[in-house]
Amino acid sequence: MKVYLNLFKLKFMNQLQYRMAAIAGISTQFFFGIVYIMVYLAFYTSNGDTSLPMKWNELICYLWLMQSLFALVNPWVKDNELLSMIKDGNIAYELCRPINFYKKWYATMYGNRLAATLLRFLPIIIIAVILPEPYKLLPPNSITSFILFLISLTISSLLITAISMLYHSITMFTLDEKGIMSLLMVFIEIFSGGVIPLVFFPNFLKIIAYILPFRYIIDLPFRVYSGNIPISTAIPNIGISIIWLIIIIFIGYKLSIRACNKAIVQGG
Amino acid sequence: MSFINVNHINKTFKVAKRRSGLKAALKSFFKREYQYIEAVKDISFQIEKGEIVGYIGPNGAGKSTTIKILSGILVPDSGTCTINGMTPWKDRKKYVSNIGVVFGQRSQLWWDIPAEDTFDLLKDIYNLNDEEYLKTKNNLIKMLDIEEVIKIPVRQLSLGQRMRCEIAASLIHNPSILFLDEPTIGLDAISKKVVRDFIKKINKELKTTVILTTHDMSDIEALAKRIILIGKGRILYDGTLKNLKEKYGNTRHILVNTNNTIKNITKKGIIKQEKVDSGYLFEIDTNIISISSFLKYLSDIVSIEDVDIDTENIDNIIIKLYKDFEI
Repeated sequence: MKVYLNLFKLKFMNQLQYRMAAIAGISTQFFFGIVYIMVYLAFYTSNGDTSLPMKWNELICYLWLMQSLFALVNPWVKDNELLSMIKDGNIAYELCRPINFYKKWYATMYGNRLAATLLRFLPIIIIAVILPEPYKLLPPNSITSFILFLISLTISSLLITAISMLYHSITMFTLDEKGIMSLLMVFIEIFSGGVIPLVFFPNFLKIIAYILPFRYIIDLPFRVYSGNIPISTAIPNIGISIIWLIIIIFIGYKLSIRACNKAIVQGG
Repeated sequence: MSFINVNHINKTFKVAKRRSGLKAALKSFFKREYQYIEAVKDISFQIEKGEIVGYIGPNGAGKSTTIKILSGILVPDSGTCTINGMTPWKDRKKYVSNIGVVFGQRSQLWWDIPAEDTFDLLKDIYNLNDEEYLKTKNNLIKMLDIEEVIKIPVRQLSLGQRMRCEIAASLIHNPSILFLDEPTIGLDAISKKVVRDFIKKINKELKTTVILTTHDMSDIEALAKRIILIGKGRILYDGTLKNLKEKYGNTRHILVNTNNTIKNITKKGIIKQEKVDSGYLFEIDTNIISISSFLKYLSDIVSIEDVDIDTENIDNIIIKLYKDFEI
């Protein structure tokens, strides 16, 4: 266990070096946040929020949380170190170590994600809080909502890392990540609520989105925060997300073992 | 039962093939053609504890594939292999904590950070205790002369410095078997010597079993008493270097400088005669004609200004061997 913690720590410290990337990330997310809000604002002022599935104060929380915690829930994150190892064959060294491949890379990727998030989220939150109405980020609906938000966010970050591990393992068969990534990631981004909140989906799509595991990445935590999903609904949903997390880790774990056994080391 | 037992190992790779050009690319988009390459065929050998074995063969012979199977990275299609009582690809986790591997063309060191940090991480990966780790590390640092080198980020090291760090990283957990896949590739003479001396030393002092592949025959001469020659996936020779030399080292090249012209001489034992810039080059079979009797014979015909007899060169032996086996 100690080794996985150390890996996590090492990645974390490594990530802290990249200050410019963090500043760039913060400004991008801030810019996106403002643009999103302006678009929705135009939409809301022309319709009035009574006929819409989300109240303005719920939507603004959703948007700012998504932007500030983008690094934590972003499905597009990939580990270039692992991918280049798979492509050029340096993975050979990974396979002759007395360490579990899946656990090692899970710890590494989680470390990267958490470090990237910790470097970025606070400045965006602070700015969002001091902005004037209607741009202002509002406090959580209740303390219980906030605690449930934190729990579901933790599961969300573990879930998206498990999904990342899944397609990094698939890359060991396909040897290139681009095809699988573009296909899967667009799908995940849409069905997690990363493009527009799932409540705005037409009914048939909403049904599909609620069955799939991806809604637990963005949709659930950020709607729980504002109370758009009430506490009574949030708790069973968190339960379901834990089941999904276990299933996806299990599949990824099995797949990684298979991949390691079938791995053909590229070159020489 | 030997320390390393390899029995009838086979491994075939499936490779997609296509000809160059747009048409072929389009065609292969719909219908893929595959080619099956038998990387190793029916490989068997035994190695005792504490041996140094040179594993040689031309490019694509199956050397690296064998090393990868032995180190548990690849799973063979058929055949058995027990090393230290374990099957590498089955008891992988337990097995690999007792082996060290160096792939000369790859790097296990973390690119952005000093090698020492990689060592520290390896300490955790192999779950070594502090005392044991420090002892091995200091010993390796001393033997490989990398005291200063390990403090510099790996990306700034020269190839020779990096390779020494790679070898140290492979031995940080004190393994009883060391696999070296082309450890001296691209190194200068001094670095090569350091690496060789080091391998010899750990073999002698720690009784580490060493299996090394290389194209540099002087590595083999300096290190391995026993060689296994592999070509087109099969073992062609397994025995001592001395035997090989006796068997195949019977031809010598002699360069003769003379102002006279030498006509084509036909004498038993002279395999080839060739006019070169600086004189005449003869190839003789020393089993039939000794060097001294050849020179005596020649000096009777012409006045010799200078002779240059090549030393018994293992490279030449290997070239001949490859030719003989058509690999």
